[in-house]
Amino acid sequence: MSLSRQEVAKVGLLARLALSDADVTSLTGELSKIVGFVSQLEELDTAGIEPLAHPLDSHNVFRPDVVAPCLTPAEALQSAPRHDDECFLVPAVLGETGAA
Amino acid sequence: MHPLQMSAVDLVAAVRRGDITAVSCTEAFLERIAQSNEGLNAFLAVDREGALARAADIDARRKAGQPLGPLAGLPVGVKDALCTADLPTTCASKMLAGYRPPYDAEVVARLRRADAVIVGKTNMDEFAMGGSNENSAFGPVRNPWDTARAPGGSSGGSAACVAADMAPVAIGSDTGGSIRQPAGLCGITGLKPTYGRVSRRGLVAFASSLDQIGPMARSAADCALVLETIAGHDPGDSTSLADAVPKYLESLEKPLTGLRIGRVAAHFAEGLDPEVARGVDEAFAVFEAAGATVHEVELPHARYGIPTYYLIAPCEASSNLARYDGAHYGHRSTQPPGGGFESPLIEMYCRSRAEGFGPEVKRRIMLGTYALSAGYYDAYYAKALRVRRLIRQDYLDAFRHVDLIGGPVSATPAFRLGEKTGDPLAMYLVDMYTVSTNLAGIAGISFPCGFTKGGLPIGFQLQGPALSEARLLNATDRFQSHTDWHRRRPAFPFAETPA
Repeated sequence: MSLSRQEVAKVGLLARLALSDADVTSLTGELSKIVGFVSQLEELDTAGIEPLAHPLDSHNVFRPDVVAPCLTPAEALQSAPRHDDECFLVPAVLGETGAA
Repeated sequence: MHPLQMSAVDLVAAVRRGDITAVSCTEAFLERIAQSNEGLNAFLAVDREGALARAADIDARRKAGQPLGPLAGLPVGVKDALCTADLPTTCASKMLAGYRPPYDAEVVARLRRADAVIVGKTNMDEFAMGGSNENSAFGPVRNPWDTARAPGGSSGGSAACVAADMAPVAIGSDTGGSIRQPAGLCGITGLKPTYGRVSRRGLVAFASSLDQIGPMARSAADCALVLETIAGHDPGDSTSLADAVPKYLESLEKPLTGLRIGRVAAHFAEGLDPEVARGVDEAFAVFEAAGATVHEVELPHARYGIPTYYLIAPCEASSNLARYDGAHYGHRSTQPPGGGFESPLIEMYCRSRAEGFGPEVKRRIMLGTYALSAGYYDAYYAKALRVRRLIRQDYLDAFRHVDLIGGPVSATPAFRLGEKTGDPLAMYLVDMYTVSTNLAGIAGISFPCGFTKGGLPIGFQLQGPALSEARLLNATDRFQSHTDWHRRRPAFPFAETPA
């Protein structure tokens, strides 16, 4: 099993990781090796086996719908790299350029 | 007796009686930390002032005749993956350097309510991804038994801090062996409770269907003491179990007569270090001498544990770690926008994450993103979930015939720093005996069962069904009443063992 550089670059964008050419080169080799290794699961016949996403029997967990204290806006914003009194501040969401 | 030589159970009893003060106890461990942390790098943050203030408060309350919590005066090291509102929480990542969470993890809150004294935050593999602690952005932890060797990981700082008497107990987290493997490599006792037994609220999420917090200490009794405090339902973690928490300390000394322990022949296949194999087999003999019986069992899908785990854990991680976006908290790139991305916002995300995460974290995010991406989801993620069910079913079948399953916790004793860093896949294989416990959501414990000729600890692992913590702690305590491996200490000051 081997991944192409193009695939790795595409996954980098999906994962929101800026990758240098050197990163793409090393990740292409490493991920190919790891994906090759995990592909040994293919030898198992799992037809008819239900996927198990979670070790506990899945069920809804309900709680009374009551008002309880939560983080204040100031607490929620305390570690933000940039913020004003009530919002997180980020660079422009649209367009290729634009200032934060 | 000097506090460093006392068990956690004896320490809290001595503080309660007034034989020693919480301040003198805390000072003794802080002194050891001051002497040794520069060499071992077990702690990322030490809260000397806060710990002493808390200890003084406990002493004052005792003097005034006020009630004290069950861990009053007990120094505890907490893995830096658990949120602490008064101390930085970094997960050993540049991404969270200096981050101060707005609240305490539930386990931390419980420790504080029980009057434990948190002495600091322990080093770990970045975001708990690794088996050697070499993935910490703040430098590797060194194994106190031989400082040229790794302590294991990811809770390597917690394991080393207990082994080095920098705290009598520590808190770790275990997603695929991260409590048990470092406990084994550092010669201490570490328990991974059943999934849901301990609240995960405020534990920085790695793989949410696998993560579990547990105690690391020098004995089963000390783990039992801490587990009684940290286990139990938390309305803030919808996956935490509502089952009542047993009095683990009360059942420790139950005789093992009639206990059936499974032995898996495949655990002793090629790749297991002969000295480890010998130590593990001798441990089975100790259990038999203590009244247990040993039976061969099979876990036919156990050999698929690593490939299953290294799909499921990275998939969950790629989703969990999406939260580190440079916008809400954590590192944000200061590079001016250079273009080439869909928008300045996307560029900020990509650069912040590229700068903040280390190589192993990036590798797992990439692997998980790939395995979840269009066209691959069924072949990888869904396939792994099906195999996960087979692995769990193996345990359910085996536990119809035996009460616990014993075996090695890792294939070799502590390996040298740098020995496996060049090969990610070789590092993944260090978890081969531990990942299936997490995939099945059951409980496991590891503890020392001997030493190599070179003086390195050998770990033994017991796995038990869901909510078998009392049984695991009982069996381990009885083992420790017949042996003294858990009482051995590395030579101080800690140094390299000549090759």
